[in-house]
Amino acid sequence: MEGLPILSLMMLVPLAGALACLFAGANQARWIALGATLVTFVLGVMLWSNYVIGGPQWQFTERAALFAGFSYALGIDGIALMLIMLSVFLMPICILASWDSVTKRVGEYMAAFLFMEVLMIGTFSAQDLFLFYVFFEAGLIPMYLIIGVWGGDNRIYASYKFFLYTLLGSVLMLIAMFWMVAQAGTSDIPTLMQYNFPAEAQTWLWLAFFASFAVKVPMWPLHTWLPDAHVQAPTAGSVILAGVLLKLGGYGFIRFSLPMFPEASAQFAWLVFALSMIAVVYTSLVALVQSDMKKLIAYSSVAHMAIVTVGLFAFNVQGLEGAMIVMLSHGLVSGALFLCVGVIYDRLHTREITRYGGLAINMPYYALFFLLFTMASIGLPGTSGFVGEFLALAGIYQTSSLVALISTTGIILGAAYMLYLYRRVAFGGQANADAAAMSDISGREWAMMAPIAAAVLWMGVYPESFLAPMRADIAALDARLSSAAPAGDARVAPGTPRDHAANALPHHEGQETAGGSTDGAKEGAH
Amino acid sequence: MDFVASFALILPELVLTCAGLVLLLVAAWGGDKAGRPIAIAAAAALFAAGFLLVPALHTGADGPATLAFGGLMKIDTFALFAKALIYLSAIAGLMIAPAFFAGPSAGAERGMRAEYPVLILFSSVGMSIMVSASDFMTLYLGLELTSLTSYVLAAILRRDTRSGEAGLKYFVLGALASGILLYGMSLLYGFTGGTAFTAVREGLTGQMGTGALFGVIFVLSGLAFKISAVPFHMWTPDVYEGAPTPVTAFFSTAPKVAAVALTARVVFEVFGGQVAAWQQIVMFMALASIIFGALGAIGQENLKRLLAYSSINNIGFILLGLAVANADGASAMLVYLFIYVAMSIGSFAALLMLRAEDGTLYETFADIRGLSVTRPAIAWALLIFMFSLAGIPPLLGFYSKFVVFQATIEAGLVAFGAIAIAASVIGAFYYIKFVKVMFFDEPAGVVTGKSGPAHWVLLGMTALIVSPLGYLLTPSLTDLADKAAASLFLVP
Repeated sequence: MEGLPILSLMMLVPLAGALACLFAGANQARWIALGATLVTFVLGVMLWSNYVIGGPQWQFTERAALFAGFSYALGIDGIALMLIMLSVFLMPICILASWDSVTKRVGEYMAAFLFMEVLMIGTFSAQDLFLFYVFFEAGLIPMYLIIGVWGGDNRIYASYKFFLYTLLGSVLMLIAMFWMVAQAGTSDIPTLMQYNFPAEAQTWLWLAFFASFAVKVPMWPLHTWLPDAHVQAPTAGSVILAGVLLKLGGYGFIRFSLPMFPEASAQFAWLVFALSMIAVVYTSLVALVQSDMKKLIAYSSVAHMAIVTVGLFAFNVQGLEGAMIVMLSHGLVSGALFLCVGVIYDRLHTREITRYGGLAINMPYYALFFLLFTMASIGLPGTSGFVGEFLALAGIYQTSSLVALISTTGIILGAAYMLYLYRRVAFGGQANADAAAMSDISGREWAMMAPIAAAVLWMGVYPESFLAPMRADIAALDARLSSAAPAGDARVAPGTPRDHAANALPHHEGQETAGGSTDGAKEGAH
Repeated sequence: MDFVASFALILPELVLTCAGLVLLLVAAWGGDKAGRPIAIAAAAALFAAGFLLVPALHTGADGPATLAFGGLMKIDTFALFAKALIYLSAIAGLMIAPAFFAGPSAGAERGMRAEYPVLILFSSVGMSIMVSASDFMTLYLGLELTSLTSYVLAAILRRDTRSGEAGLKYFVLGALASGILLYGMSLLYGFTGGTAFTAVREGLTGQMGTGALFGVIFVLSGLAFKISAVPFHMWTPDVYEGAPTPVTAFFSTAPKVAAVALTARVVFEVFGGQVAAWQQIVMFMALASIIFGALGAIGQENLKRLLAYSSINNIGFILLGLAVANADGASAMLVYLFIYVAMSIGSFAALLMLRAEDGTLYETFADIRGLSVTRPAIAWALLIFMFSLAGIPPLLGFYSKFVVFQATIEAGLVAFGAIAIAASVIGAFYYIKFVKVMFFDEPAGVVTGKSGPAHWVLLGMTALIVSPLGYLLTPSLTDLADKAAASLFLVP
């Protein structure tokens, strides 16, 4: 394995596939895309199995001076590894999800997805600040095309909104990056993560990065592009958007905002908490009243990502680990839920909840998978959602019990809207004849759902596999943050021991007969 | 004065001048039938002239050895870099012309016009003189040679009213600009007692009087006209729309390079000691060009008009590099110029390929609806150019913005850079409209005509440069631009 540039290879394979797809016919393109994504997934598995837990912080590093101004430097730590695994795992599933439903310009569609994969792997593995920006920002182009060409009726509006919103956020980050590089004299991310920027500059830099990542996450009130983009995007587009692209925001916080500007992060934690608390409650309530399934899941994404941001800014290990697991879990679960919507959308071509009902009768396997993912979204113990949310909320409880309290309502509200959705779609009578006539999931759909279900259960039952690679990196980050961490209101602090028992009363002679009001005191004194 | 050395320095200009004069005679006797061979010969002359630049560009040329004709001209690396770009743009301008003039869009007089290549050649000579001027007299000489040929080029379709209108507008406003420039130069001469750049620079040292300041402002205004920076940009959309498309392509590249290079030389070599006097003016022009160029483009239906606003927008970013007022900024500006030229040539080549069966050119948004279905190659190339112009990575247009903004921030102009980059998002709006129309809309199906190999070659080459592969060029490009920019700052 030594010397094999596996990260470059993982980008090269989908890139070659993308170029081939552009010139291939429809059916060829499907197979090329599936093949390329599967090869990349296999390379990803090799990456994970060769990753040395407890080894150097940055592994699989590659460096080449190809460009002026910035360098082609790749390398991953455990956090990046997990997110890369998520991307390469979801990609073949996305291709399968679009197998039959996309019939228009298949070659270009598959090419756009494969480009997307290249850029995602690049974003997570870039070790140069500007290389990161290039990959981060370049994702706009394929996503704009995916929404605009293969999207729903209102796709033009959604694509514009997606593009301009994200671009405006990112360019401010670019300005901050220039300043940082001018100040620190290097664009190497590991070095910058150890660099101490002046505290007053951190404020501005943090805000500039926040502008970009808050849009990507998305945080309330910058989330409005998400429901539009999700509803209009094709199924696989939604999967990749929810599964991976939203994680870019969380990854940005954990890779840049927190380690590079710890003081500013502590200073602005209240802002993140406030926005996240509003997001959890507000978007959950909005999700409750949606009649469009995709929109409902889109709003639930905003609520889940708010748990992520709360966990990240808890400034402790549990919070950070929880945030990472919520990100991975949400990537799988919301992706799977969008697939579930896609499965019935392909059959009936509507996302209206009321057009379905009683699907458990005619589509039992489908209902089973849907139930599993619904439960995982709610955070049922045994599924991935539970592990992440529990850790994140345990983490934030140490910092602020109020934020923990309000964020936890998200779980209750989440249960409300997800179960309400599930009841209306899968249970009850078969109100609509055409919905009742739908066939159960096909072999291709089994192949999409089953791996995600397995991963969700694996992460729920034995999260150690996923936590272990990240443990050292999160510990390092926690150590870096410890000096700036805000004082928590729920930390157990040992006080000075008292001389007497807490309920001891000074004993006074002759007061035994004073009256009933001292009964309690007397009892305590005994 | 050693004329041999001087003539050796201006050998490219001599080649072009001689070629222009000979071809003029051929055109006079051969008529329009000889148009095509003349165009090929002119392109060959430009190529030869460009080839002559290579050795000096490679080794770098600075210092007194680069002064020609007793300090009237200065053939340093900066001039060589600009000239190389100008000749390349002029060759592109020649390559795309014959097909246009042969088509019905050329109006009643179809067929390649014999005087077109000759005018391009003379214009190139003028631009060469402009960029290597180190005296206000040489500057004006070069500028007028370029301008006069440009007026004729804009009006080259004699029977076409739009072309005539464009030529007239260009002439009237260009003459006004020349007048303003000349007035500024005479003020500077009056207050400093010289026309040579070094003499004026010496005269401007120390406390600058109001008269001299007016001179600086007038000179800058005149130059702003030539580079069509806001607030002197009004002529650009009209001229770009009215002029024949190959001429527009030429206007948006070579003269822009020359005028920008000239402006850079004037502000650094003449006003270099008085940065405070011009920096604010250039900063204002940069921001205003970025914002108004972007806003003006939003409502446009005509693609040529839209590209005119886009060029105003781009000039804003180029001026951003100038406003930084150091060698990094100047180098960034040159890198931007190179990439801008590639994107412009590519966009116009693509525009010239939007032909009907009979060769009529299309130039509105309505005509390119759904182009990605009917002509995918052109549509994908245009997609690359538009995202690149919008500055979206991984296309090379991002790199041009990258270097300019990096220079801005490193010089400490953070707020200035932040406003400019936020304004660039407005620009992205109309660039992605291009993509939306070509890719998202139902096909209009009118673009059916075939294009010749010249267009395809240009389109392919520029698309390749602008594509992510272009990043492999950046080390050598930056190296060249650094050398060229450094030679600007060698003035004692």
